[in-house]
Amino acid sequence: MHLHKYEKIWLLFGGGVLVLFILILSVNSFAMGMMPPSHMEMIDPTKVDQTPPFDNPGLRQVGDNEYELVMTAFIFGYAPNEIEIPAGAKVTFKVTSKDVVHGFAIPGTNVNMMITPGYISTLTHTFSDPGEYLILCNEYCGIGHQVMATRIVVKGKEGEKS
Amino acid sequence: MEERKDTAAVQKMRVDRAASSLCMAYLLIAFFAFGLAALAGVLQGLVRGGMVTLPGGINYYQLLTAHGVLMGLVFTTFFIIGFLISGVARTTGGALTPGSLRLGWIGWALMTVGTLIGVVTILRNDASVLYTFYAPMKASPYFYIGTALLVVGSWIAGIGIIASYRAWRKRNPGKTSPLFSFMAVATIVLWFIATIGVAVSVVFLLIPWSFGWVDRVNVLLTRTLFWYFGHPLVYFWLMPAYIAWYVNIPRIIGGKLFSDALARLAFLLLILFSIPVGFHHQLTEPGVSADWKFVHVILTFAVVIPTLMTAFSLFAVFETTGRAKGAKGLFGWFAVLPWKDVRFFAPMIGMLAFIPAGAGGIINASNQLNQVVHNTIWVTGHFHLTAATSVTLTFFGVSYWLIPALTGRTLTAGINRLGILQTVLWTIGMLIMSGSMHYLGLMGAPRRTAYTTYGDSAAALGWMPYHQLMAIGGVLLFLAAALMVGIVIYLAFFAPKGMTEYPIGEEAAGALATPRILERWPVWIGISVFLILIAYGMPIMDQVTHVPPGSPPIRTW
Repeated sequence: MHLHKYEKIWLLFGGGVLVLFILILSVNSFAMGMMPPSHMEMIDPTKVDQTPPFDNPGLRQVGDNEYELVMTAFIFGYAPNEIEIPAGAKVTFKVTSKDVVHGFAIPGTNVNMMITPGYISTLTHTFSDPGEYLILCNEYCGIGHQVMATRIVVKGKEGEKS
Repeated sequence: MEERKDTAAVQKMRVDRAASSLCMAYLLIAFFAFGLAALAGVLQGLVRGGMVTLPGGINYYQLLTAHGVLMGLVFTTFFIIGFLISGVARTTGGALTPGSLRLGWIGWALMTVGTLIGVVTILRNDASVLYTFYAPMKASPYFYIGTALLVVGSWIAGIGIIASYRAWRKRNPGKTSPLFSFMAVATIVLWFIATIGVAVSVVFLLIPWSFGWVDRVNVLLTRTLFWYFGHPLVYFWLMPAYIAWYVNIPRIIGGKLFSDALARLAFLLLILFSIPVGFHHQLTEPGVSADWKFVHVILTFAVVIPTLMTAFSLFAVFETTGRAKGAKGLFGWFAVLPWKDVRFFAPMIGMLAFIPAGAGGIINASNQLNQVVHNTIWVTGHFHLTAATSVTLTFFGVSYWLIPALTGRTLTAGINRLGILQTVLWTIGMLIMSGSMHYLGLMGAPRRTAYTTYGDSAAALGWMPYHQLMAIGGVLLFLAAALMVGIVIYLAFFAPKGMTEYPIGEEAAGALATPRILERWPVWIGISVFLILIAYGMPIMDQVTHVPPGSPPIRTW
């Protein structure tokens, strides 16, 4: 098939940029470990309230300013509601749904994942700056979808202004 | 040079009455759905901006479902099938074979009945599940049945398109098929492969579960099958727009095709690279391994190649045509394009919109950046540039000549001016609306959400002015939509009688022969199936055999 000289240059340039782009993505993904949340752990979606740790959702300290935050998502809210953590806390969210598909996003951060019934979603984020963070559902889940939200309050350390 | 003279004679020809009536039946339903969907759209914008509240009984998500289903599934599918049938009839001798015609009408009837059933369930508020109908939210079983009929009807019409193409090839052994017909068949092939996913999900998983014949549904599998269909759906919208750009526009601007062979190759590559990529819509969800997601991300980016080929071809046609008209300098050809001809102007704005739209698409599909924008209203802004600007303005541009060509009427100078105004209004409205959506998305505002301040959260309050800007864009778009519906009605029923050309571009003199391999369908369909098996085989096996207990149906609205 005949390719015009300029088209060859154009496609080589475009193809080259594409290869470079994919290389950068690969380095990000495999060398730096920045993969999208893809947890494979499962749960019976009709027995969330009876299955540990979701029978007792809440914040647990697991290390020096490191926490695990177990949450359930349901129409139209999250448990626990209102969470307080100290600034600089590294939080691993562990979330599952008790009913339909939900979202879990914190505007202003990279925390953004789907909550699919039957699966447990996890993601880790370090809250460096004190303030109030909104957790909201960004997947349509029903008539009250727009009120499905909760808050994380990140407290400044003692003696610091928050 | 026998062939050349033939084409010149054919150029004068129209689509015969029988095929014209069939195509008009498709186009009228398309624009009826478009009008209703536009009304639902503007109301959504106003509600979300907190500028109106809906009168009792109507729920925001009902409007959202109506808008998505009527725009994304009904308007597009009816317009596309009608347009493809017309072009196949036009380029295979001016008429459809009797078999094709019959299949076309059966398909139209099934699609129309399916649409009516679906719309009734939405109006009764029994299907406020949005056009993605994610389980375990359960709509009325009749919503799924309506969707299935819409798809099956489009298959039957598609078989009709293929039948006319095959009949032409039988009559013309050894010849390269007309480019339009080839591209129409490529679009239908893509549609067949893609819709198998959603058909399996609807017929085997959702319908039995929604009737209560089975208790639980495999949620992840329904999502995977939906997105197996959902991404090529976008290309099903885009490929007919490409047909207009590759085949009709060169004739409208008085130029020639750039390369028949490259155009065909681009379409075949679109089939290959638009299907095995659905996981890039599911990047942030659990249950699909990060490695399989990465495979889909890489395959997604391969679509850049046919896209760049298309961009090169189109602008090469513009430049050579402009220079043939005597344009000087590096960019002089750009100025001499027929900007005052709406048949060119509307699709050209669509093409230009595709540049930022494509860049946004690359962001969405990027393994990491996706996490910033996933399910934010940025995504809505993105597909309002691709589908609602590039594709839709092209469909409008096609309508200005297609409808009068089919009804034996003419595009008057007045309607041409009104069309330019319509295009400008649509473009400004979309710049405002889509621009606000992109910005809000980057700030984290969610898509598909009614008016809310999340208990007066500072972040959400800060979004509100942009939501209002979005609504203003939506109002302009609604005015433009109403104008378009008016133009369509005028062109179909009231415009002066006369002869309107159905523009089909010709190859330049001395163009090289098209390689035969490009028309060996089993080869290309084989490669497509192979890529799909690689990308989806293992993950789907995993989702069938290694799964959590399913979910019972829930109605949450």
